[in-house]
Amino acid sequence: MPAISFQSVSKTYPAARNQPGPGLKALDSVSFDIQPGEFFGLLGPNGAGKTTLISILAGLSRASSGRVLVHGSDVVGDYAQARRKLGIVPQELVFDPFFTVREALRIQSGYFGIQNNGAWIDELLENLGLADKAHANMRQLSGGMKRRVLVAQALVHRPQVIVLDEPTAGVDVELRQTLWQFVARLNREGSTVLLTTHYLEEAEALCSRIAMLKQGRVVALAPTSELLSAASSNVLRFKIDSELPMHLARQARITGRIVQFPAQDAHDIERYLAAVREAGLVAQDVEIRKADLEDVFLEAMKEKDVKQPMATDLAGAAK
Amino acid sequence: MTGWQTLFYKEVLRFWKVGFQTVGAPILTAVLYMLIFGHVLQGNALVYGKVSYTAFLVPGLVMMSVLQNSFANSSSSLIQSKIMGSLVFVLLTPLSHWDWFWAYVGSSVVRGLMVGLGVFAVTAFFGQPGFVAPLWIVVFAVLGSAMLGALGVIAGLWAEKFDQMATFQNFIIMPMTFLSGVFYSIHSLPPFWQEVSHLNPFFYMIDGFRYGFFGVSDVSPWLSLGLVLAAFLAISAVAVNLLRTGYKIRH
Repeated sequence: MPAISFQSVSKTYPAARNQPGPGLKALDSVSFDIQPGEFFGLLGPNGAGKTTLISILAGLSRASSGRVLVHGSDVVGDYAQARRKLGIVPQELVFDPFFTVREALRIQSGYFGIQNNGAWIDELLENLGLADKAHANMRQLSGGMKRRVLVAQALVHRPQVIVLDEPTAGVDVELRQTLWQFVARLNREGSTVLLTTHYLEEAEALCSRIAMLKQGRVVALAPTSELLSAASSNVLRFKIDSELPMHLARQARITGRIVQFPAQDAHDIERYLAAVREAGLVAQDVEIRKADLEDVFLEAMKEKDVKQPMATDLAGAAK
Repeated sequence: MTGWQTLFYKEVLRFWKVGFQTVGAPILTAVLYMLIFGHVLQGNALVYGKVSYTAFLVPGLVMMSVLQNSFANSSSSLIQSKIMGSLVFVLLTPLSHWDWFWAYVGSSVVRGLMVGLGVFAVTAFFGQPGFVAPLWIVVFAVLGSAMLGALGVIAGLWAEKFDQMATFQNFIIMPMTFLSGVFYSIHSLPPFWQEVSHLNPFFYMIDGFRYGFFGVSDVSPWLSLGLVLAAFLAISAVAVNLLRTGYKIRH
């Protein structure tokens, strides 16, 4: 039985009152399974529908059609069972200002009917670097510390499935390290992890399998290693001081002075360098590297263009 | 503790942690009403022909405080946690709509009764109302606070901004409590306004509550009980249904 099963999940937001039309389709028949024990990555640009999909899984939002099962429990029909199995770290940095860290964790345990959870709460505090903040009021914590408490709150009931919705957005290196060590340990001990992130190197390092969403549809779904090997095998990378001619710029990924071209073989590399020379430019710090997940991601987003007129508006609707 | 008991406990802890504002302030307000109205109107005609005005005023002020604070508890907790986003911690749990309902209404009853007891303890110095039928006092205090707690759940779910909540409180709850006979017996009103008062469910709560103290009331306590119970059940049905469908909290 899959840990999470998305079955033809669609979500349409009704049109705004002053904008007649069919509304926004945030998710369009999304179907895939996540197996128990997997560390699964869900990637996509802003507005692709990632958060909408997680909201439906969490019961914060209802699908327009289709269904979602968590270890066989329907998130609508059998919500109590489904939510006991799920630990969700929300994307927004929210907190209850009335309580201390320990009170917040004890209360969260209580919602799940768990009493005497002190030993596990201590372990969570210790592993997330919160031990010395246990008696601090939530209001007094820095953003990073609040984020750690959000993770601890999601784990108080020892969920089988852990969902992290962009947990490292805007947090420092230390927390990222602490968080990934702990989540990787829970994953080794049998928890399933579903991660959405904008940091593709994190997804590449942690996730054994990845789904990419674009405009509410799955455009790639495969083991990470397969996605990487299916991509252009190499990337030609160099720096230039002037602008590339348009016909070359169209094929490249440009970040400031850094230019990167996808290259299958030596012939491609020679061709690109010759074209740069012909344009009267000088390529500096030339190197050839293996393609990474970012290259795969950009290719997936470029190739399978989904025709949908209101797609650009989806970002707002998915919030 | 089970899930709903934890939510109930959390809601009690929430108002208790800011007790000066949630319990102390309404008691002080009631004392001020007592000082001013009691001073101005003491010595006027006896109410029901035998009760001094200050003694008559005590149960009215107690019940008004109970009702207003029960409403404030559930409504302000819901709108605050909606706006802060911390409602998500409850939304992600297996708690059912009935769990939510009893936790929010139960904690509102606790706050209402705490404020009511405090107001009684302080205002009773000004005039002793007596305890003719204590059971009626308890029944109307609990039922009234539960009804306003349920109404607070509806308002807390419906309101999206603090000013919408203020509208609900200032244009519905305040006039209905002030015009329900807190400060006067409706028999002192012209016939037309007596009829209007009979349409106000808050009137029956205060009238029935007062019966417990004096054994005298404007209408039969049994009629008041029936009407208040019916209003409580109707309001609760709406509140539970909104919680079941996730009105404005699950999209």
